[in-house]
Amino acid sequence: MLDSPLLASPHAHAPVSISRTMGLVLLALLPATLLGLWQFGWPAILLFSATLTAALLFEALALILGGKPLRASLMDGSALLTGWLLVMTLPPWAPWWIGVLGAFIAIIVGKQVFGGLGQNLFNPAMVARVVLLVSFPLEMTQWIGPQPLFFAQTPGLNDGLAISLDGLSAPWDAMSGASILGQVDLILQQGGDLAAATPELFAPLTALLGGIPGSLGETSALLLLLGGLFLIRKGVIDWVIPVAVLLGVAVPASLLHLLDPARFAGPLLHLLAGATLLTAFFIATDPVTSPVSRLGQAVFGAGAGLLIYLIRTFGAYPEGAAFAILLMNAATPMIDHYIKPRIFGRDRHGRPLPVAGDAAQERQR
Amino acid sequence: MQLFRIRGGVHPDDRKTLAAGRPIEPLPMPKLLHIPLQQHIGAIANPLVQRRQYVAKGERIAQAQGTVSAPIHAPTSGRIVGLGLYPANHPSGLSVRTITLQPDGKDRWHKRIQGVADPLALEPVEIAKRVADAGVVGMGGATFPSAVKLGLGKRYQLSTLVINGSECEPYLTCDDQLMREQAEAIVDGARIMARALGVDRLLFGIEGNKPEALVAMQRATAELAGADVVRLPMRYPMGSEKHLVQTLTGKETPARGLTADIGVVVHNPATAFAVHEALRFGRPLVSRVISITGGAISTPKNLRVLIGTKIEDLIEHCGRFREDPERLIAGGPMMGQPIPELRVPVMKGTNGILALTAAETGKREPQPCIRCGSCVQACPCGLVPLGMAAHVRTGDLDGAVATGLMDCIGCGSCAYVCPAHIPLVQFFNHAKGELAARGRAKQKQTETKRLAEHRARRLEAQKRAKREAMAKRKREAEAKKQAEAKAQAESERQTEAKAQAEAERQTEANQQVMAANEAEARIKPRTESLTKHGLEQRLKQAPESNQDQAVAEAQAC
Repeated sequence: MLDSPLLASPHAHAPVSISRTMGLVLLALLPATLLGLWQFGWPAILLFSATLTAALLFEALALILGGKPLRASLMDGSALLTGWLLVMTLPPWAPWWIGVLGAFIAIIVGKQVFGGLGQNLFNPAMVARVVLLVSFPLEMTQWIGPQPLFFAQTPGLNDGLAISLDGLSAPWDAMSGASILGQVDLILQQGGDLAAATPELFAPLTALLGGIPGSLGETSALLLLLGGLFLIRKGVIDWVIPVAVLLGVAVPASLLHLLDPARFAGPLLHLLAGATLLTAFFIATDPVTSPVSRLGQAVFGAGAGLLIYLIRTFGAYPEGAAFAILLMNAATPMIDHYIKPRIFGRDRHGRPLPVAGDAAQERQR
Repeated sequence: MQLFRIRGGVHPDDRKTLAAGRPIEPLPMPKLLHIPLQQHIGAIANPLVQRRQYVAKGERIAQAQGTVSAPIHAPTSGRIVGLGLYPANHPSGLSVRTITLQPDGKDRWHKRIQGVADPLALEPVEIAKRVADAGVVGMGGATFPSAVKLGLGKRYQLSTLVINGSECEPYLTCDDQLMREQAEAIVDGARIMARALGVDRLLFGIEGNKPEALVAMQRATAELAGADVVRLPMRYPMGSEKHLVQTLTGKETPARGLTADIGVVVHNPATAFAVHEALRFGRPLVSRVISITGGAISTPKNLRVLIGTKIEDLIEHCGRFREDPERLIAGGPMMGQPIPELRVPVMKGTNGILALTAAETGKREPQPCIRCGSCVQACPCGLVPLGMAAHVRTGDLDGAVATGLMDCIGCGSCAYVCPAHIPLVQFFNHAKGELAARGRAKQKQTETKRLAEHRARRLEAQKRAKREAMAKRKREAEAKKQAEAKAQAESERQTEAKAQAEAERQTEANQQVMAANEAEARIKPRTESLTKHGLEQRLKQAPESNQDQAVAEAQAC
């Protein structure tokens, strides 16, 4: 007690820690994840387990190679969360090695080569997703509609193993198809009228509750939204980035939809389908790769949202969220450099505020 | 009254219930008092007493030195038993000059202690003088001599006196309890200070977690025009002077400036109470209220304690520790300092002693920064603590200063909320200390340079003087030669002219020779002393040795 080293104040601390932060994020992801695992059955469960295990193993390997304390870093939950977020964005019936390779890219290439936790410039899960998407376009775009567990037509454990080990083959490949955003893209390429096709294609309530083809963790907009609100309520994330991302998607989507409903899908489709909500609440809010000031976060979020919309609408990839996040990650250091809070007693340029009257003279003297 | 929002801040668990509402009780007379001579910001006080001297309570035992300093008075009657070094109540644990007093138990006031019948009728200068003589310093912990602050009215256009009863540090309840019990006295002291400052607006800012103090102060100011008691929102660091003023007035103190720049002076309630005591009763500052609290203290209490009492005695009186404390702190948990050992004394600025358990400190090993920005959101000064810490970590102090290090008030909000438990304040304190050391080194360097240049100039001047002296001597020697030649020519001419009378000629020649001799006699002693060797000797000695001494002094400081 008395012979303890000199310690600077404060001598009290808010009940927060990195592991608590990560744990709460995992908790917030849990409902959407459980729904996804139930909907997509054994192949998804196998993919999920393989990815998370690999993420932890690669993290441990990097820590051992780097001579860093193993236990403290593994227990902070960051590697688990990276693997978890990655698997949420993968096609649910993707083969196991997609997940393992993704975990390698995310943990080793995306995070540890930069110096580990807090040092990476890009969101590791998104780096992995983009590398996989570009390298394995077939495996990464085989979406299936929900095939909930314990139904007659769903694959059992054995079939699930086969799908996970050998990839999609007959008869299961018949179930695969495009995601909603992929279908929208297809209709437009074929010169169809989106306004006419949408009601059949996209039912907002289904998208809200889950039950649309898509990545493992992004089917139920409602559960993702609830998870995100839980994080805001717990103070783990700030509301600024999610709101900015959603506005960044919704505002241009509304404007263009009003201009030409036949060519541009409405804001509801863009908000509820694809990775929009997962990105807004769980990926864009990654503290390491987003700006630190409120205004900077608003710029970052709005930019990410706008890019998501632009890439989806005008780019080659209908699922553009990962690219949008990486582009904004690259802009983060610049945003932090230019956008800082105003210092107390100074103007925006850092000059002391002016003093009126006698005091000014006094100060000059 | 309309209040204004301040940026950032945190909401620590205030833990006030431990000691709140416990009446202020006097501590039994300690066996010994150790009264440090440095209890205030500014120059150390100069002792006026000798060993074995008997002093009465309130007698001045050390006097202020310079304008920013404060005298120190005997906390009780007794005998001076020591005058030397004693460990200071400072985290360094270093010793300072301390007077040790053995109380005689009579606690007898000095006979000259006498108050003023109507302090509100005194001239402002007279009030400030009496406050200075009473040794009153800022009792919220800053310990800046209060009289200096009361003199600000002369130089600034002031409008408002704010009494800072926010007591935003968790745990501490000494101001709360003082306001509950001595509201009238605090209001009186505040009115006297307002008179000294020449302001007629008085604001008492109290955080909402002290409802009893709010009621007591409202009651005490009910009849007073121009005075308001303001219920402040509970947010740390509400008690930071500049942030409190912003909350109350909406005005922002310019960077590196004083709140007086925007017409406001802030004092602590305990200081107001001390001013009341000093003016009404003539009693100098010899005791103060301290909260002894924290989860590891058996019975948390608010005590009125004589300055110089050992912290050990306070803890003893509170039934010692319930469990072994993880940390012992002087002050609050957010900005307090560790206590180096239990025998260090209470000083004028000691507002609390905290014995915190491990659960209360919430200490964990630091982890890497995840750039979450919690510190940016929490900083009441609009800084980016994680960026500043990164600069300090790499030794880039200039970078840290450029990003606002000197605007940091050290409140600890950033470190409090950091999920990675990075000791941000430690980084900033380290950098500030390093910069102060650099500043001193630089000052020393410029001073040395200035003296060296001065010396070079003087040597040059001496050389010039020497050259001029030589030239002068030469000229004089030449003049002498010419005079002699002239004299000789004259005499030769005279010899040649034989028609002149012999006697007359003889006298004239004698006179000429005599004049020449006189001239020579005038020059001779100077030429001797101005021989080359002698001159150099003289030039070297006196002035240069002074010079060297000055340089040596400059280097030593």
